[in-house]
Amino acid sequence: MRRELDGILTYIDKLRAVDTEGVPPTSRAVPMTNVMREDEPKPSCPREDMLANAPDRAGELFRVPRIIEE
Amino acid sequence: MTQDYETVIGLEVHAQLRTRTKMFCGCSTAFGAPPNTQTCPVCQGMPGTLPVINRRAIEYGIKTALALQCTVNADNRFARKHYYYPDMPKNYQISQYEEPLAEHGRLEVEVGGVSRAIGIQRLHLEEDVGKLVHEGSLETAPSSQVDFNRAGVPLMEIVSLPDMRSPEEAAAYLRSLRAIVVYLGVCDGNMEEGSLRCDANISLRLRGATEYGTKVEIKNMNSFKNVQHALEYEITRQARALETGERIVQETRLWDPDKGRTVSMRSKEFAHDYRYFPEPDLPPLDVEPAWIERVRATVPELPAARRVRFMEVYGLGAYDADLLTGSRALGDYFEATVQVCGKPKVAANWVLNELLRELAGDDERALAGCPIPPANLAGLITLIENGTISGRIAKDVFDKMYQSGEDAQTIVDREGLTQVADAGELSAVVDQVLAQHAKVVLDWKSGKKAARGFLVGQVMKATAGKASPAVVNSLLDEKLPKV
Amino acid sequence: MLTGLSVHELAGRFRRREATPTQAARAYLDRVAALDPKVKAYMTVTADRALAQAAAADARFQSGRPLGLLDGIPLAIKDVLCTRGIRTTCSSRILENFVPPYDATVVAKLLDAGAVILGKLNMDEFAMGSSTENSAFFTTRNPWDLARVPGGSSGGAAAAVAADLAAATLGTDTGGSIRQPAAFCGRVGLKPTYGRVSRYGLVAFASSLDQVGPFGKDVRDAALVLQAIAGHDPMDSTSVDVGVPDYSAELEGGVKGLRIGIPAEYFIEGLDPEVEAAVRAAIDSLRGLGAKTESVSLPHTEYGLAAYYVIAPAEASSNLARYDGVKYGLRVPGARDLIDMYSRTRGAGFGAEVKRRVMLGTYALSAGYYDAYYGKALRVRTLVQRDFQRAFERVDVIVAPTTPGVAFKMGEREDPLQMYLNDVFTIPVNLAGLPGVSIPAGFTQTGLPVGLQVIGKAFDEATVLRVARAYEAATSWHERKPELTP
Repeated sequence: MRRELDGILTYIDKLRAVDTEGVPPTSRAVPMTNVMREDEPKPSCPREDMLANAPDRAGELFRVPRIIEE
Repeated sequence: MTQDYETVIGLEVHAQLRTRTKMFCGCSTAFGAPPNTQTCPVCQGMPGTLPVINRRAIEYGIKTALALQCTVNADNRFARKHYYYPDMPKNYQISQYEEPLAEHGRLEVEVGGVSRAIGIQRLHLEEDVGKLVHEGSLETAPSSQVDFNRAGVPLMEIVSLPDMRSPEEAAAYLRSLRAIVVYLGVCDGNMEEGSLRCDANISLRLRGATEYGTKVEIKNMNSFKNVQHALEYEITRQARALETGERIVQETRLWDPDKGRTVSMRSKEFAHDYRYFPEPDLPPLDVEPAWIERVRATVPELPAARRVRFMEVYGLGAYDADLLTGSRALGDYFEATVQVCGKPKVAANWVLNELLRELAGDDERALAGCPIPPANLAGLITLIENGTISGRIAKDVFDKMYQSGEDAQTIVDREGLTQVADAGELSAVVDQVLAQHAKVVLDWKSGKKAARGFLVGQVMKATAGKASPAVVNSLLDEKLPKV
Repeated sequence: MLTGLSVHELAGRFRRREATPTQAARAYLDRVAALDPKVKAYMTVTADRALAQAAAADARFQSGRPLGLLDGIPLAIKDVLCTRGIRTTCSSRILENFVPPYDATVVAKLLDAGAVILGKLNMDEFAMGSSTENSAFFTTRNPWDLARVPGGSSGGAAAAVAADLAAATLGTDTGGSIRQPAAFCGRVGLKPTYGRVSRYGLVAFASSLDQVGPFGKDVRDAALVLQAIAGHDPMDSTSVDVGVPDYSAELEGGVKGLRIGIPAEYFIEGLDPEVEAAVRAAIDSLRGLGAKTESVSLPHTEYGLAAYYVIAPAEASSNLARYDGVKYGLRVPGARDLIDMYSRTRGAGFGAEVKRRVMLGTYALSAGYYDAYYGKALRVRTLVQRDFQRAFERVDVIVAPTTPGVAFKMGEREDPLQMYLNDVFTIPVNLAGLPGVSIPAGFTQTGLPVGLQVIGKAFDEATVLRVARAYEAATSWHERKPELTP
């Protein structure tokens, strides 16, 4: 894995050769702004639907192992 | 030893916005619902879901930014902040980083009559996380449980500059900020329920030094009192450490209100490099000037301006004006009362002394539940002012109004509490009291002026408090020298 | 045989009462039962649901009120699109038993159009790969040569259409994941403009690049399915609120007078000579149909791949953070504490390629490297986009090979970088957010399909499809079928 990652990073390093002086970054393919929704409530989902995929639960809550490391 | 050091404090305040729905989905934000009943695939971070910005949350942010004299950034956007914690559904929080909604504001605070401007570094919006429930304490719990109802509720983070120099100043800043967000109607300001949360960065430096000392972050201070106590404790702790040549560790400490100390947090977040990058699921915001102006038109009179107006228009003292404008709801209640009875000073006394003693708080919720509407309090004041009832009776009537929700006139009529101002009727009572307390009369004559007050009291007692104090006094003036 | 028909042919049979949706669904389910053990396109077959949906469609036809051309048409969906009540695995152990409580917008749209969903299709895990060999469960085979890969990541979706295991399918394309397998399997695969089709319910790989699109037996089918899934979705803030034209209506417009750009940078060393020959021949026939061709330059093409392998892993490392064993999906039991549970779950739940990209992306976004990697890649992305903008000032579409080579043998590409190079001609289109289609343009001497890529201006799928259809109408490559016997 290490060797493969090194190979990929070496390949990626070819980006250094590109002159990007003064070029703005593009993080989105299509420029848009101000996409919003109105503050209108929609019904939430039935609790059982939302808990159905839980790997472990305690009643109506999702259960996780102890948070503090031993 | 603490006097050798200057304290430097900056506050990060998180205010839950009073929108109807969450930041990025249509789930309700109502507090106190049964666990995991206010969630959907979006706020639970299900695979494939996408966020959509709540317009009202943005507008509340702009509104607050304007009230804090911030510059609203025309171009601002959301970013992802990454860290793993089970209360955060996506293991990243949609927040704002390099391009926050607003920056460079200020807030005037007053401590001991001295006013100072505290700088606001930035104001940005983000989503809240869910709630973790532990069996016992976090340290000992064999497991924890997660309720995602709160996950995705809109939060506004307001970061101050490290401009505060004392715990009192920090508390004053927090009070002013709370008053503003409550005034604006963008946050309910309830610290106990976590609608308003405050973290502090605090460091000490030798007086005269220009470099900042190593700062410590303090969390879990869910009341004004806790903020002040935690900071006071931390000043003493850090000063002691500096005195003994101990190194201050840059860390996060939790305030333990029961033990009255801060304790180092063993772990809160498992990664410290948040790897922020622009949220690809949300196009940036372009806050045009026209939009800002539309929001500006909705900004109400703010506490500082209202305080000045209360002093100038109603002739109130600074202290009363301060208390009455501490919450928008209380100020509104006061003004509504004055509008009906026209007696601002009397009304201020009743509101601050009697009403606040009974109410659970001075916020909107407490006043919404107040059984005495402003018109009824005004009615009571009018009955006092026109001499219908005595001040003493008025307090009893007030208690009854508070318990029953009835108006003052109804209670006074039913219980026959109208003040007796008829000199003829009272004359007999005064005579009787003077006869019964001959020894007291002698005391008075021998120069014990306090004895007169006792006699007034006896008249009031005999009339069940209904006697007009003015009439009783003039009768005593007339009769006492003659006994 | 109903399974041999295209969508528009099958829709015609339904309308003429020559066949019913139930007959079509049964024919497909029978064929899947017989041939999918060989092709291995399906992750999950939803036979009972499909038959119930088909029966409902039957009733609509009987009452004379069918919903539209997709009513009763048996389709299948890449297993990266959420389907309510049907497990959606992304071909990953970590989501092996994940059953979404909601439908992706595109799935809901297909169901609303009356489509019959036959099942979910195999893919590279979380859409990361070019061969389906990264599926945690099995590798899909290329129907033209079962020893070869179908391409990826939408390999199941391409193979299913090529082997007549569905009338049409939905795939997703982040760096070529629709076009490359379409080329390898000799079918039509369309990646729409970023924002044309809702991503709501598409399990995210790289959010700024992902897009849903159709696979069809021919261009007309691709147009029909695109019509059904395109359009603004308020649940996806990146979906664009622009009108959707009637794609079928413009399909037969021909290419006379159309300006077609040929990018020099796509005819490079490493391009399979047979692929080059087929693509050049296709360009000649477009010219013969009246198109004007001219050379264009896309000078940053060679950097597209490198930029992509920063941007896509960076977004993936973020998108995949949610798989932590808390809310859904796999949790490996027996952990000492939370962090132990996280690392055991993610360690067992993700395959090697996913881990590689998460590591790569985490690195690219980390504090000291952000500017050198992520920041740099975003600027290069701008340059790639500008290349296309400049070219499209002169031409209406760009035509190029879809892939440098044809379908390779399973297990042949062990080095990840060699695998990534498959996508060198498709990735720039994703970086620029443009629409692109791959259509069959011939076969090698060993009988493997070659793909021709048509790239268009943003939101101009109509012209892309028109060019593709003009070429298809003049050729018969799309009529060839792989020979498959149970």
